[in-house]
Formats: sequence, structure tokens, C-alpha cells
Amino acid sequence: MRSRIILVHVLVTCMFFVLVGRLWQVQVVDGERYARAATADHERHVVVPPVRGRIVDSRGRPLVRNRTATTVSIDRTVLTRQPDGGRAVLERLAKLLGMRREEIERRIRPCDGPARKDCWAGSPYEPIPVKEAVPERIAFQITERPDRYPGVVADLRPVRDYPNGELAAHVLGYVAPDDRSPTARTAVGRDGLEAAYDAELRGTPGERRLVVDSAGRVVRVLSERPATPGATLVTSIDARIQKATERALRRAVERARRRGLPADQAAAVVMESRTGRITALAALPTYDPTVWVGGIDPKDYARLMDPKQGSPLLSRAVAGQWAPASTWKVTSVAAAVAAGRPVDGLYGCPGHYRVGDRPFRNFGGIGYGMITLRRALEVSCDTIFYRFAYEMWQETARKEKGEHPMVRTARAFGFGRPTGVDLPGEAAGYLPKGDWDLPGYAANFSIGQGEVLVTPLQLARAYAAIANGGTLHSPRIGKRIVAADGTVVRRIKPPVAGRLPVGRRTLEVIRQGLADVTRTGTAAGAFAGYPLDEHPISGKTGTAEVFGKADTSWFASFDERYTVVVMVAQGGTGGETAAPAARDIWSAIHGVKVDKR
Amino acid sequence: MRRVLRALDWRICLPAIVLCAAGVVLVWSSTRAEIHDTGAYLSRQLGYGVAGLALMVALACVSRWQLRAWSVPVFVVACLGLAAVLTPLGVTVNGSRSWLGIAGLQFQPSEPAKLALVLALAALLGSPADTPGRSPAARLPAALAVAAVPIGLVMLQPDLGTALILGTITAGMLVLAGTPWRWIALLAAGALAAAALAWWLELLKPHQVARLLSFADPEADPQGSGYNALQALETVGSGGLTGRGLFRGDQTGGHFVPEQHTDFIFTVAGEELGFLGAALLLVLLWAIMWRGLQIAMRAGTPYERLVAGGIVCWFATQSAINVGMVLGLAPVVGVPLPLLSYGGSSTLTCLAAAGVLMSVRSDRRPLPVMSLAR
Repeated sequence: MRSRIILVHVLVTCMFFVLVGRLWQVQVVDGERYARAATADHERHVVVPPVRGRIVDSRGRPLVRNRTATTVSIDRTVLTRQPDGGRAVLERLAKLLGMRREEIERRIRPCDGPARKDCWAGSPYEPIPVKEAVPERIAFQITERPDRYPGVVADLRPVRDYPNGELAAHVLGYVAPDDRSPTARTAVGRDGLEAAYDAELRGTPGERRLVVDSAGRVVRVLSERPATPGATLVTSIDARIQKATERALRRAVERARRRGLPADQAAAVVMESRTGRITALAALPTYDPTVWVGGIDPKDYARLMDPKQGSPLLSRAVAGQWAPASTWKVTSVAAAVAAGRPVDGLYGCPGHYRVGDRPFRNFGGIGYGMITLRRALEVSCDTIFYRFAYEMWQETARKEKGEHPMVRTARAFGFGRPTGVDLPGEAAGYLPKGDWDLPGYAANFSIGQGEVLVTPLQLARAYAAIANGGTLHSPRIGKRIVAADGTVVRRIKPPVAGRLPVGRRTLEVIRQGLADVTRTGTAAGAFAGYPLDEHPISGKTGTAEVFGKADTSWFASFDERYTVVVMVAQGGTGGETAAPAARDIWSAIHGVKVDKR
Repeated sequence: MRRVLRALDWRICLPAIVLCAAGVVLVWSSTRAEIHDTGAYLSRQLGYGVAGLALMVALACVSRWQLRAWSVPVFVVACLGLAAVLTPLGVTVNGSRSWLGIAGLQFQPSEPAKLALVLALAALLGSPADTPGRSPAARLPAALAVAAVPIGLVMLQPDLGTALILGTITAGMLVLAGTPWRWIALLAAGALAAAALAWWLELLKPHQVARLLSFADPEADPQGSGYNALQALETVGSGGLTGRGLFRGDQTGGHFVPEQHTDFIFTVAGEELGFLGAALLLVLLWAIMWRGLQIAMRAGTPYERLVAGGIVCWFATQSAINVGMVLGLAPVVGVPLPLLSYGGSSTLTCLAAAGVLMSVRSDRRPLPVMSLAR
């Protein structure tokens, strides 16, 4: 029997050596590899999103700021480790948040399309927000009972806040999760100033390396690099004037509609003539930027993009383009003088003028006899410009279809190319090539009709140049970038984009003509009773005929400080719709009481 | 008092006490930062350890004749306990109906059944050869019949690991009882055939099959059935030569290994005490087995030899399966590590076995009772 005990002895000892040998292999030979694998298992990198910078107006009043909202998020890695895949937890959470379980499941499901509200475009390893702005009482129930809500996180996160509601919605733009890099979960600016100054506003994300346990609870923090908050963007927007501008546009549209006009779109620009800074920029239809907070609902997004609803997302002051009509005549005057017409000469303004074999008539067919260029602007005579255009066409046609001088002058006024404003999505407008076969095109062009298209902003900067003595600026809304600690990072100065090819005398004549418009000219009715002696305003009305639609109503104006341009599409004549709206804006700027018409 | 001290064998006592104390500390470490009952595992395991050591000392003082007289009743009680598990008194934990819930305490009858089987088989196989009806030819079927009762009851729970250990105990004791090799070979062939049959007839539960399959390829389903084995390896491997230090293991603190305080307690030793600490624990276990075999070698009667040998077979198999599964050498079967794993039933039974080992050793001073009997 001894032999059998010895056999067991040998077996037990062999077993012992096998186990110790294997232990040596696992711990000492391969220990490093297993340790690395284990660390990879329970180390998490968490991106600490920076707080986005604010956008304030010229006096420091906030246009966009942040508020903290308790956000309930779900950590999928922990949730899916639940015995039932987290169904029970989601059921409890849904009841607590007053949502349906299916809705939560939809939100935390990783998606492959663009970022929307009904699936998750970010990394599956970080908590996925399920509901924002959750009341504190409910958040406490989650944080106090981690055993009942494994994988559910309630924490404070900053969200965008718009203290003025819809004010300057198009200027400000919006932020949305970046769908191009779904792992970087920080929201990026997608339109307006949020997009143009995204790099400055965004800040730098921090990083936290954590050790978590099997339930996803943080055991300890390995290292932490705090996030740098985004800088504040100080703009040249004046919230008060912006508010007045938007109100003026709304009133203008309402009044036009009461007269039976569609008035489906409108835009207005208020600029500081001397500096090229934008004081107010507004467009209708508009929308409430709050819809973007927390990811946009697909239904809301469809509404914002729907042309039938007027595509409210479109910033019409910079991205919309229309025929400028008579506001264009300032360029035609400049072109005529440049082509050798005497500035102070007298020119015939007949009721009709024959261009080639086609008669072109004055507005209403009325003639004014022999008048100055100044008076031509005041009464908005067309036939003078038809003649200039025709004669110039004949001169260039002789030179083998050269460019029409009026097109060249218009280009020098900054038309036909983007102004370079610090907003995305700017339209270039349209300038024809000017090598027309028929003189009728040139005639139409001379009064801002036909092919030419301008954006309200292009027109505003051209009139600002007339007001400031001839300097074309690339307009700017951003004024200063101020870091979170108060130091100024960058000052933004609107760059000079060119000079008007207009002599001093010509400019003076143009200004005189425009000054008469509000007193005795086409806008005299709109400015009746306005204290023009105290606050002289110059301007030019425009009424563009659009085939199959009501007229586009324009009014471009300036005083010694500001330039104000108003456009109401399908709004009727410039004098009856756009000019009164401009008057409302001027009243706010000058502090003149708005009379209720 | 002197009687008690004389009854103790320090070559068993010392490693048993050290292993028990180490077990308490490892259980404490593995259950630290549990949200629910902080320290409850620690105090309970401490209680089991103290009660077990008392039981060990008490059994060490019992004479081998008393022990032998108790063998059969203990075995009957143990089998009744196993049968009771299958009644409504039984409690199901982790898919096995292995627990008896009595007055708020949970008890696992399959643990004492191991010791009871050792005692019963020793009584049967170790009876003098000239006892009527106990010819070697009749003993084998009798022994198999005795072993079949607890093995069958454990299979019904079902608890594959315990059944495996009971089977190995039976096989080991048959070998030690001097059963001819050809019969043993026949038995082994029969056991293999039965296992193959069970596989083909799909008698195993799905989770058992999954565990066996994931042993073959643990990376196949790292989040599912292979998770435990993979995490165990990563945890042990993280320890390196000297370990992360007690209470400082990230894997242990993070509760990445399920059942870490019971069946996977060795992973805590591996991560926090390193190769040196874990190997020391294996050496201590080996020391107890070594001493047990020495007792068997020097035993005066076949009964004592078989008791000591059976206990060694049991400890050896259980340690090999447990440490083997932690180190990826064996499939994951739920078997506690003797003296180290958390659990009252296991701790008490293992310490009782240590007491029995001391009781059957022949080199202890004869007690007064014995001289009277002579």
C-alpha cells in the first residue's frame, strides 16, 4: 500500500509544481501583457468639454450665454452589462423622467446618419445625454440610488441660452454636435457668428483619465487636464437698435400685407458708415434659436429648411439677393461722370426714351424736362440713365463689344462679389458681363433692373462708402475677442476692401441728390414730420419689378454716422414700404418718437 | 489544556491557521468598497474561521475509534442534507440548487458531504479483510454504491464541480485501498464513457456547456462565458512578481472578477500579493497535503490511512481545479479553494477535515482512554 501512497504523493507534488509553474508564467513571464490588458479594461478617457464663450453686443449685453442644466445621461457600457441588458433600469428611468422607454432606447442607439435627436452620433463609451434640464429633485433620485440606476448619470452641463429669444437669430447662428468627427462630442458652431468665430468661442477641451470599476463607478482619477473655456466675442451689434430693426421689419411686413401684398421676405442692415461695423442685421422670416438646444428635433429642422415656410434658417441680409432697382442709380451717376458727362450738366428727362428700336418710359411716363444729376436722383428719373446707358453701349459696341462702363463702375462699388463679412454663407450677388448684343440690357442695367442682383449687405456697404467719402469696407460684426480672464485676445477691424472710383464733386452731387429724396423726393412722404433739420437723413428708394411677383421694395439711407438699408420682397414700392421701415429704424437710432401710423 | 495541545499537530495547524487568516484578509480585500454591506463579509468570514478552528481543535481531540463510530451516522445525515436541498427548503444560487436556508442562515450540505464520504468510504474499505461479507470483491460495488448516493444527489442540484470532487475522492480512496489496477482501469473507462454519453445526450445545462467550450477558447466570447476566465487571468497577471499590495489591486477594487470572494479568491492573492504571496499560499496548501500523506503512510490501520489519504485527495483535487481554473488550466467550474474561499460551509468543513487529519495520526501520544482499553 505504501507504493500507492507514494503514487499519490508524486501526483500531488507534480500538480503543485504545475500550478506554481503556470503561476510564474502568468504573473512573471506574461504579467506585463495581462496588466496592460487589465488597465485597458478599466481605464477611461473622458473628454471634459469646455464651456463655450459668450457673444455680447457692443455694450456687453449678452446675446448668447450659457446656463447649466442637469443632464441625465446613460453609460451604455455599464447598462448593457445588466442581466437583462438594462431594460429594467430604462423602464424605471423612463417612469422617473416621464418619458417612454422606447424613446430612451432610440436616443442611446448609436446612429450612422447625421446628428439628430433620435439616435446617438457620439462615442458609445461616453455617457449619452437622454434628457436635458432635468429638475433637481429628479436628479437627486438618480444620484442617491446608484444601485437602482446603474449606468445612469445625472450631471450639470452647460447649454446655450438666448436671453433675448429670437433677437439676432440669423447673426448668432447656432451650435450643434459635430457630425464630421462624432468622437469629439463638443458642439461646434454651424452658422452665423457661432460658426465664423467657432475656433475662439469653442475653447479647448480638457481630459480626465479615470479608473472605473466593473459597474462603471469612478474609483480614482489618474490625471486631469482642465478645459479652457472659450473666449467672449464682443460684437458691434447694438441690442437696442437690433431690436428696433427687427420690430421695424415686422411692422413693415404687417403693413404691406394689410395692403394686400405678400411681403414674404424682408431684410435690414444697419452699419456704421465710417468703420464698416455692423450695428444691426435682421431678416424675416426668422426662428427661435432655442430649438437647437439639446439637438434639434427632425420636425423642427424640416420646418426651418422648408421653402414653403419661407426657409426661416436663411439669413436673407447676407444670403438673399434681389434686383436693386433705383437704389442702383448712384452707380450709374458715377459711371456717367467717369465716362465724361459733366457733373453739373443739365440732362433731359423725357417721359419716354427710345433705346435702339424700343421705347423705354419713365416711371408713370412723366417727364421732368432738363434737370441736373442731383435732381435725377431726387425724383428718380429713369430716362436720363437710359440715355447714358445707350450712349455708352454705342461707344463700347464700336470697340468690339467691350465691357459696359456701368458694369465696371458697379464692380468698383463692390457688387458681384461677397463683401467678406464675418458670417458664413454670404451670397455674391450677380453682375452681368456687360458685353450685351442689345442696348436694352444696358438700359435695364442702368436702373438696377434685369440681370443684376445684390444682397442687402452689399448695398449697405456701397451706401456707407458714399456716406464716408468713398471707402468700401469688408463689414465686420465681431469687434473684440476677450479671453475668459478678461484679456483682449484680438481686436477686429473691418478691412478696407476698396475705394469708390468717384471724385469729390460727384460724391457731393450724389449726396445732395440723396439728401433731397427724404425732403422733397420719392421718400418725402415716408419722412414727413421727421426732424430732418436736426437729424439729416439721405436716402434712395428702389422699386424692382419682378416677373410674376409683386415689386421688391428697397430703401437705402444714411446720416453722418449710420447707413440703414431695408428690403421687403413683394412689398410694393420703396417709398410706401421700405422707406417707412427705415424711418422706424432711424427713429430708434435718433431717439425720435415713433408715430403710430 | 495540555491534552488539547498534545492532540494538535502543528504541521497541520500552523498552515491551516495561516491560510484561514489569509483567507479572511483576501475576502476583506475582495469585498471592500461594496456598496451594500461594507465589512459584513469580513466579519462573517472571521466568525466562520474562529468557529472552524474551534471545530478543528475539538475534532483533533476525538479518538479515531469515536471517529470511526460516527462515520456512518455522519454520512447518513450528510446525504439527508443533500436530499433536503432538493425539497422546498433548498435555495437556488447561480443556477444551482445547492443551498439550505434555515433560520436566515444559508448552508451548503455538499461541503460536509465531502468529508462524510471520506469517512464512510474509509469505514467501508478500511474494515479488516476477514470481516464477513467484506471480501475485496464485494467491497468495490459496495463502495461505488455508497459513493453514488451523494454524487447522484449533487448531480441533481446540479453541481458539476462538487460531483467531480466526490468522484475523485472515491477514485483516490479506491486506489489507496489497494483495489486491483485492472478494476480501476475498468472504472475509469466506464466513467469516461458515462461522461461522453452525458455530452451526447446533452444532459449538461447550457451554462455548463458554455463554460467548457469557452475554456477551449476564452477569447471567443470575452463578454460572456469567457469573461470570468479572462478577467481572472488579467487580474492574476496584473500582480507580477511582488503584487500591487494588499487592498491596492485595481482589478480587485473594481470588482471585475465575478465571484471573486468565493471561487476566485486566488485572483486577489495573485493581484495584491504577487507571485511570491500566491505561491506561498500554494506551498502552505501543499504542506498540509504533504503532512496528510505522511500521516497516511504511518497510519496504524487501513481506516486511518484511507481517511488521511481521502482528505489529501479531496484537498488536492479541489485546489488543482480551483487554481487551475483561475490560471486558465481548467474550465470554470464552481469549486471553492480549501481554507481560503469565503463561505461558512466550506471553511468549517475544511477545518474539520484538518481536525480529522490530526485525530487519525498515529504518532500522537496515546490517550488515557486507550491505555484503559488495552
